[in-house]
Amino acid sequence: MASHHHAPEPPVIEPGHDLESVTHKLTAFPLIRRTPGRWFIGFMVVFILLLVFLYAVIVLTVLGVGIWGINIPVAWGFAIINFVWWIGIGHAGTLISAILLLFRQSWRTSINRFAEAMTLFAVACAALFPLLHLGRMHRFYYILPYPDTLGLWPQWRSPLVWDVFAVATYGLVSLLFWYVGLIPDLATLRDRARRPGAKRIYGFFALGWRNSARHWHRYQTLYLLLAGLATPLVVSVHTIVSLDFAVSIIPGWHTTIFPPYFVAGAIFSGFAMVLTLILPLRSIFGFHDVITDRHLNNMAKIMLATGLIVAYGYLMENFIAWYSGNTFEQYMSANRMTGPYAKLFWLLILCNVAIPQLLWFRRVRTTVWMLFLVALSVNYGMWLERYIIVVTSLHRDFLPSSWDMYSATRWDWMTYLGTIGLFLTLLFLFVRFLPSVSVFEVRELVEHQPYEEATPEVL
Amino acid sequence: MHAVPMEQSESLYGLLAEYADASTLVAASRRVREEGYTVFDAYTPYPVAALDEAMAIQPTRIPMWVLLGALIGGVTAYGMQYYAAVIDYPWNVGGKPLHSWPAFIPITFELAVLGGALFGLIAMIVKNRLPEPYHPLFDVPAFDQASQHAFFLCIEASDPRFDREQTRQFLQALGAKEVTEVVA
Repeated sequence: MASHHHAPEPPVIEPGHDLESVTHKLTAFPLIRRTPGRWFIGFMVVFILLLVFLYAVIVLTVLGVGIWGINIPVAWGFAIINFVWWIGIGHAGTLISAILLLFRQSWRTSINRFAEAMTLFAVACAALFPLLHLGRMHRFYYILPYPDTLGLWPQWRSPLVWDVFAVATYGLVSLLFWYVGLIPDLATLRDRARRPGAKRIYGFFALGWRNSARHWHRYQTLYLLLAGLATPLVVSVHTIVSLDFAVSIIPGWHTTIFPPYFVAGAIFSGFAMVLTLILPLRSIFGFHDVITDRHLNNMAKIMLATGLIVAYGYLMENFIAWYSGNTFEQYMSANRMTGPYAKLFWLLILCNVAIPQLLWFRRVRTTVWMLFLVALSVNYGMWLERYIIVVTSLHRDFLPSSWDMYSATRWDWMTYLGTIGLFLTLLFLFVRFLPSVSVFEVRELVEHQPYEEATPEVL
Repeated sequence: MHAVPMEQSESLYGLLAEYADASTLVAASRRVREEGYTVFDAYTPYPVAALDEAMAIQPTRIPMWVLLGALIGGVTAYGMQYYAAVIDYPWNVGGKPLHSWPAFIPITFELAVLGGALFGLIAMIVKNRLPEPYHPLFDVPAFDQASQHAFFLCIEASDPRFDREQTRQFLQALGAKEVTEVVA
């Protein structure tokens, strides 16, 4: 609590709100009777992208992964690049909702619901790529432990099998955490909805929640425990993702710095995505009094800090390549910086290392358009990072006779952009039907603000 | 069949009192408990921590359930891997020991987390007796506001000390804005 004393920070919620006004404000849009035309236009655009995705998947199912740009030696390509990119984006949601809760960062309350939804949808997009990469998606159950007629089991020593369990657990626990957080707000929507149909649907999912003090007690305990479970989970998931690479012996992958550097990179890209989405959301819904400049400032600072860890990762990777004296590692580093993919490497350094340094300036952190551009740059930079890691390591490994070049086909691009369509379609539906800011937690914040120091902390 | 303190209370779920804010409600709850009432509950639009102490809510055993779920998940995961790699299909992979325990840790950890989270959720739902789509309180029109901005306290008719008139006066004396009879 020390941070509350020394700096006169701006409030988390703008003054002038009471329980009734925040409840009204935050539940207004999901309960609008007529869907606004602007929402429909946006939804149509992202839905068309989703249809592109479905088309690409149908063609893939019929013709197989030969339509993609993958070859031998670059057998991973877009599928794994996008998998890592999406799952990394998801991690900021868990960080905001779980880790910041444990650290009692009350500012998280205005953004955690939205960030959790983002996590859920990003994990859904991520999980699709390994399935698509199988080529025969309907045989996905081969990777699960089930009593098959050959008596075979998954190979437990393989990080790819760990990945199945990690991503499945992460998806389920994120869904559970998000739903538990929603229960009281669903009850609010049930009680505020006027149309019987809406009342019934919200009421069904609210489970008959009636805000009893005895219920709240158990609820709060569970919520805190889920945060405690989600915190090591998020670290483990991206560690396991990084082990997909690090456990192999490919130059540029076989390095112990991967787990921490991947986790930091995941949070870096996730915060960039939260900002990319929340800045437009804030201005469209006029949530400036709930998502204040303090939130933007804090998120930008976390982005800057994790960005520096990522930059340190890049530096150490190359230092160790040189210091190890290993020919293949040294060649891999030189090839990244000066080889056929050098342009992308330097673009990555520009987007992920150079541009984020602007966040040292308070003006950039609190000016919406500047922050938005930096966030976009990081989103793109983190995608490039995965491209560089996957492609440059694979395309030239030990034997020059097996070297080859990789380039994505239009099917790769359609699948990738298509998952952005899926992600945004789900987000559009989410903001239309559910409160994108946690209403009961903001109510709590509004009540506690004037005498925050005097009352015992909740949880 | 069983004894009912007053004959009217057969049709009564309890008395619902509305209080102006959280601190009045906390003070009222404390007095209600001190007066000897045991079957009562408060309803608030957000979790009010001070109520736990004022109402003497017993610590929940949900942490135990989470621990149990985590243990079951972890033991199952490790057991499955051990059984598959050592007993059911022993196969030498690159000279690694059959029981290569460090490689079994990630899945053990993931399933422990999953088990803990699922057991915790189920424990919370079951102990709160959810889902409960109908409750007598939902028949009180003003109770809609418990999920928005109003603070309620309900002493139930099944409380041994419950008395339709005296309890009403008591709740009113504690500063209630309004006391409503809740039909069972």
